Amino acid sequence: MTGVNILKKLTKNFWVHVVLIFVSILSIFPFIWLLSTSLKGSGENIFAYPPTIIPQDFTWANYVGVWHKVDLMRYFINSMIVAGGTVLLNLILSSLAGYPLARMEFKGKKITFFAILATIMVPFQAIMLPVYLITLKLHLVDSVNDTMGFIGLIMPFAVSAFGIFLMRQAFLAIPREMEEAAIVDGCNVFQVFWKVLLPMVKPSLAVLAIFTFIGSWGEFLWPSIVLTKETMYTLPVGVNNLQGMFSSNWRYIAAGSIISTIPIIIFFLAMQKYFISGENEGAVKG
Amino acid sequence: MFKYYGKTAPYLFLLPAVIVLAVFFFIPFFQTIFLSFQDYSTNIYHAGFAGLKNYVDILHNPVFYKVMINTFIYLVAAVPVLAIVPLFLAILINQKIRGITLYKILIYLPVIVSIVVAAIAFKWLYAEQGILNYLLNVLHINSIGWLTDPKYAIYSVIIVTIWKGIGYYMMIYLAALMSVPKELYEACDIDGAGFLRKHLTVTVPHIMPTIALVTTISSISAMKVFAEIYVMTKGGPLNSTKTIVYYIYEKAFENLDLGYASAMAVILLIIVMAFSLINIFCFERNKYQL
Repeated sequence: MTGVNILKKLTKNFWVHVVLIFVSILSIFPFIWLLSTSLKGSGENIFAYPPTIIPQDFTWANYVGVWHKVDLMRYFINSMIVAGGTVLLNLILSSLAGYPLARMEFKGKKITFFAILATIMVPFQAIMLPVYLITLKLHLVDSVNDTMGFIGLIMPFAVSAFGIFLMRQAFLAIPREMEEAAIVDGCNVFQVFWKVLLPMVKPSLAVLAIFTFIGSWGEFLWPSIVLTKETMYTLPVGVNNLQGMFSSNWRYIAAGSIISTIPIIIFFLAMQKYFISGENEGAVKG
Repeated sequence: MFKYYGKTAPYLFLLPAVIVLAVFFFIPFFQTIFLSFQDYSTNIYHAGFAGLKNYVDILHNPVFYKVMINTFIYLVAAVPVLAIVPLFLAILINQKIRGITLYKILIYLPVIVSIVVAAIAFKWLYAEQGILNYLLNVLHINSIGWLTDPKYAIYSVIIVTIWKGIGYYMMIYLAALMSVPKELYEACDIDGAGFLRKHLTVTVPHIMPTIALVTTISSISAMKVFAEIYVMTKGGPLNSTKTIVYYIYEKAFENLDLGYASAMAVILLIIVMAFSLINIFCFERNKYQL
């Protein structure tokens, strides 16, 4: 390689890095600025021109303050219950439904298949009103009691066509000999499903679990429709409520928002290969 | 293969999912259509059959036109950016350079974080004496009301939606880029084609289906925006950021005009279903193995 070529290669990558660093900064800057504000004490003007990223009057006081005034731990636990329940039900219902669609012949298979496919086209936002009316009618609301409230938060998202098709594809990929061998060994159809097939689709179950969790964790519209009690708030609803509670106290709003974001960032970093490996694309719902 | 399951087995497996979908999907779907022909505007407990009244009212409501124009602005402003910028970034990231994983993590971060926190973070950037107005002042431009001026508010909200979507679509493109044969790029290098020509002649034609897919899914999500608007502007100022889902929410849960809200929901349904049909039958056949 000649000197000119090396130079060319260096400058080319240089511009790639410049662009990517710029976009990376744009991606995280809103959080950085929120973090910076949350660490500024009352001795520092948060509207100061020019703005300072590094807090001059550094303090944890806003975190302590918001933690005492708002039951963020409660919101976190509520979010865990809702996301956990939603994930569990999605895993069970999707794999149960995906199996016959992949492997069995039965009357009405085609129509079931297309009916489930059709649900992909229907946005929740268009049917949310009757969903709310039905949830009320079934008493699945927090005004009855907390358990019913949680069930009402979970049930409309307990299964999705996306999950069913994901599991169907996973079952389609398993060689039929696996089932045949199990049948010869004396398993019935439920044992085949539970003992033989389910362990083989673990990777798909993991993908389904992770993306359902992220979706449920960030859900805002449905909880803000059904929830009436503050003790039932999930994190997104609780964080939005900070705006009303602290009206213009941006230090507290910022601190509360940052605290609420920590769990999901830890989750993301721990599971990053599922998100950025490039193998599960299209897994998040659009 | 011999049949090893009884007649009822497939139905038993399907039953739980079908019950949930029936109660929380199919019944509400038909109820939405039914409610759109009911009149709740005078008494929410006693509705009567209204025929097309709700639809006629909607067509005479200037706010509805405003809302549809806003939704259209959302589509026209957000979708092209979300179809092009992530592709450009994916091309840059799809090479052997240092720090790729870190770039991917940072650019994907907005996708993961709750939209509510994102909207609050941007609201703070957009504050009257906020950092963005400071930057404008540095450039000798007067401060603007990012969220308070009806001229700019909708674009400020659109920026949040774009910002939150870039990483997601970038990962979709990245997966598609892996399938482009490397030999084609080598041929380009031999011909001495530059960056732009190389990608316009090889990459773009090769991943055209993915570009189309990203266009339809980002259109569908743009039609459904709600949280950004709810957290940042509540549809204001002067309805300038009110989009269709927000208006449905307002009519249904604040004005309790169930019939009117449902008629708008039917309009939303028709638009989104049109996009989805294109999507499923043209670009995602493999995913569902149709």
